[in-house]
Amino acid sequence: MTFLLASLYQVVQMLLVLALAPLLTGWVRLAKARLVGRRGPSPLQPYRDLRRLLCKEVVLARNASWLFRAVPYLMFTAIWLAAGLVPSFTTQLALAPTADLIALIALLGSARFFLALAGMDVGTSFGGIGSSREMMIAALAEPAMLMIVFSVSILVRTTSLAEIADFMMSGAVGLRISLALALIALVMVAIAENARIPIDNPATHLELTMVHEAMVLEYSGRHLALVEAASMLKLLLYMALIACIFAPWGMATAGGGLFAVLWGLVAFALKLAVGGALLALFETSIAKMRVFRVGEFLGGALLLSLLGAIFLYVSRGV
Amino acid sequence: MYGEQPLFGLLNRIGGAPVADHRPWPRYRVTREGWLSLIEEMEGSAWSLLGLWGEPKEVFVALREDMSGDIAVVSLECPQGRFPSLSAVRPSANRLERAAHDLYGLTAERTTDPRPWLDHDAWGVRRPLSDRPGAPSPNPGPYTFLPVEGEGLHQIPVGPVHAGIIEPGHFRFTANGETVVRLEERLGYVHRGIEGLMRGKPVAEAARLAARISGDSTVAHSLAFARAVEAAVDLRVPPRAVWLRALMAELERVANHLGDIGAICNDAAFAFMLAEMSQLREAVLRAADLCFGHRLMMDRVVPGGVAADLPERGPALLLDLCAELRRRFPPLVTIYDGKASLQDRTVGTGIVSTGLVNRFGASGPVGRASGRGLDARRNPGYAPYDDLEFEVPVLTECDVNARVWIRIREVEQSIALIEQIARRMPGLPRGLDGTTPLPLVPLEAGQGGAGTREGLSLVESFRGDILTWVRVEADGTIGRCHPRDPSWFQWPLLEAAIEGNIVADFPLCNKSFNCSYAGHDL
Repeated sequence: MTFLLASLYQVVQMLLVLALAPLLTGWVRLAKARLVGRRGPSPLQPYRDLRRLLCKEVVLARNASWLFRAVPYLMFTAIWLAAGLVPSFTTQLALAPTADLIALIALLGSARFFLALAGMDVGTSFGGIGSSREMMIAALAEPAMLMIVFSVSILVRTTSLAEIADFMMSGAVGLRISLALALIALVMVAIAENARIPIDNPATHLELTMVHEAMVLEYSGRHLALVEAASMLKLLLYMALIACIFAPWGMATAGGGLFAVLWGLVAFALKLAVGGALLALFETSIAKMRVFRVGEFLGGALLLSLLGAIFLYVSRGV
Repeated sequence: MYGEQPLFGLLNRIGGAPVADHRPWPRYRVTREGWLSLIEEMEGSAWSLLGLWGEPKEVFVALREDMSGDIAVVSLECPQGRFPSLSAVRPSANRLERAAHDLYGLTAERTTDPRPWLDHDAWGVRRPLSDRPGAPSPNPGPYTFLPVEGEGLHQIPVGPVHAGIIEPGHFRFTANGETVVRLEERLGYVHRGIEGLMRGKPVAEAARLAARISGDSTVAHSLAFARAVEAAVDLRVPPRAVWLRALMAELERVANHLGDIGAICNDAAFAFMLAEMSQLREAVLRAADLCFGHRLMMDRVVPGGVAADLPERGPALLLDLCAELRRRFPPLVTIYDGKASLQDRTVGTGIVSTGLVNRFGASGPVGRASGRGLDARRNPGYAPYDDLEFEVPVLTECDVNARVWIRIREVEQSIALIEQIARRMPGLPRGLDGTTPLPLVPLEAGQGGAGTREGLSLVESFRGDILTWVRVEADGTIGRCHPRDPSWFQWPLLEAAIEGNIVADFPLCNKSFNCSYAGHDL
């Protein structure tokens, strides 16, 4: 019975992230537009964009290989699966025992790897620029991400997200400087990973400044729809991840009834709304940084997460 | 009468013969030897090249002595279609010479760069404006870009079709990783044949063409054309028209500078500034629409005067606009100045040295941000600016930030100018029957001499000085008109500005220059 319920929750979770991701992106865009005094498009616009792209025919470069065509599916699947692993409204997910932070990072890393390959596949200069910049960012973001995982797992003694959430909700953890450092570092990594300002500008039309957009310039039609949907899912994933580790309150736990699950859903929606608004506020108040400053930015994230881990060792005398 | 000053002294010495009916500055026709000694003399002097243009059998060059403001046009008849190139002594002449070659078939001898410029082998004709246009070349080869050698270099071709909706232009970057080693521009994609279209047109029709050279500086181009024609036919425009023209020119300057400041910030992904500046720009455009019946004031400046007068409530409306700008603009400047992340992008980016700016004679914010403090409203100056109080801001930081600040200061100066004009403008003239006629003097045939008459004007647009040279034929049509947009001397500097910067900073540098494609490609 528990397993059936967990499977049901898992299916709901998979569908929920898919359904909510465009809305979150739309909400961030709307909030950004309102902050600069524009009316902005409806938050439902990303759904319409995806539908439009899905209906459009695919235009492929003549020298595009099978890899170029396969990557959107690979990438979308990997990120969708990753997003399905992060407990959003309940910790009772069927995949929870297998879903730890390391698996999450591996899924995201492989999606990025394939997209970078696809960026170079057609041989345009922009694709190459985008891939090289993306890899530079990745080379700095992934170690920082791993250090964050280590800090948290030293504290909780597990890398399973469901157990981390349970532990955090139990209140046993208290206030810890390491967690604060890890939170800051995770937010910085999330900004870089999602190609947000100040690392990248998701709304730019300037080919030469693009990172993520440069890699996907050659995509069109349903391929582009999948790539876009994957980046929307990724944004949702990171928000869910931050919420799951640092603000798991409201999530349904073991033995929670239907009411707890419903309340978990509402809490999750609220968290996304707040997270989206904060992101929009942050993005509006800052200019994009020079490409080479990204190293300093992510180096900062790495240092913070490292400090968090060291503090834990020192304070616990592990 | 022009004997004492060095520029005119030289032209007299090398046997230049002044040409009749060329106003307001003289034109000297020189021999081939005279032309060669002029080139020699230019090597050791600091005269600015203001323009270079061709006719089927003659080549013209306009020079200015910057200190005294003396301007002279020198022309050389070249029946063989060949003339000694100026590009070795004035690198800014090179692209103009290449354009003269593409349009008129005039060949510059010993030039530094003989490649075609405006002609992309897409016109279906060669030398379209020469006496004998040629058939298109049967097998056009690809354009040869300058060679770049070195290890680890790769090329990034950008454009002419861009991801955003902007004008077309091709940029060929050679980069080492992210660092730009060389940028080469390829322009001419929006060539519409304006010079050819103007040939043989009545003045009024040619004025409409001049207004469409570059949409964002339509007032300045119309004004330059009108002043050149008026100089040629020796026509004095009514004082009220002179003031109205200045008013329109300043409104255009404010609107464009506001747009540019916002767009530069937006290229650093600071969209807030663009949104706010766009609102201010919109306020200016709406005021222009209410005052002159057109948001960009196109076709409102015409030879002889203006085509639209201020309505009764115009001055009050403009003063309200200025008050609004004075209230809303300074806080935004404070935000720009206080945003560390933005300053990090603009300070020290895209440096153009003062020496280079002087060598190319670049005007406008590009020149003034690099210490070249010239403004056509002051030097040579034209009415009514001699009656108005304003400053010409100059900075020596030479970077993107300096170019933004020049624009900020110029917006402030132009607001003050609009206020002065709105308050002090000559009153509305009333006819005996109580009507208010337009401040417009009709152009009459044979005015200012019976034969061909030539006129030159230098007008400050928001980008810099526009030089327009016209020849009005005896029958009152335009024989030849050459409008030289300031972008001609700014585009080459952009290539220098980006050198050593990173590829991702190019949009920022480009926007801080904001050169015109249409004005340049004609």
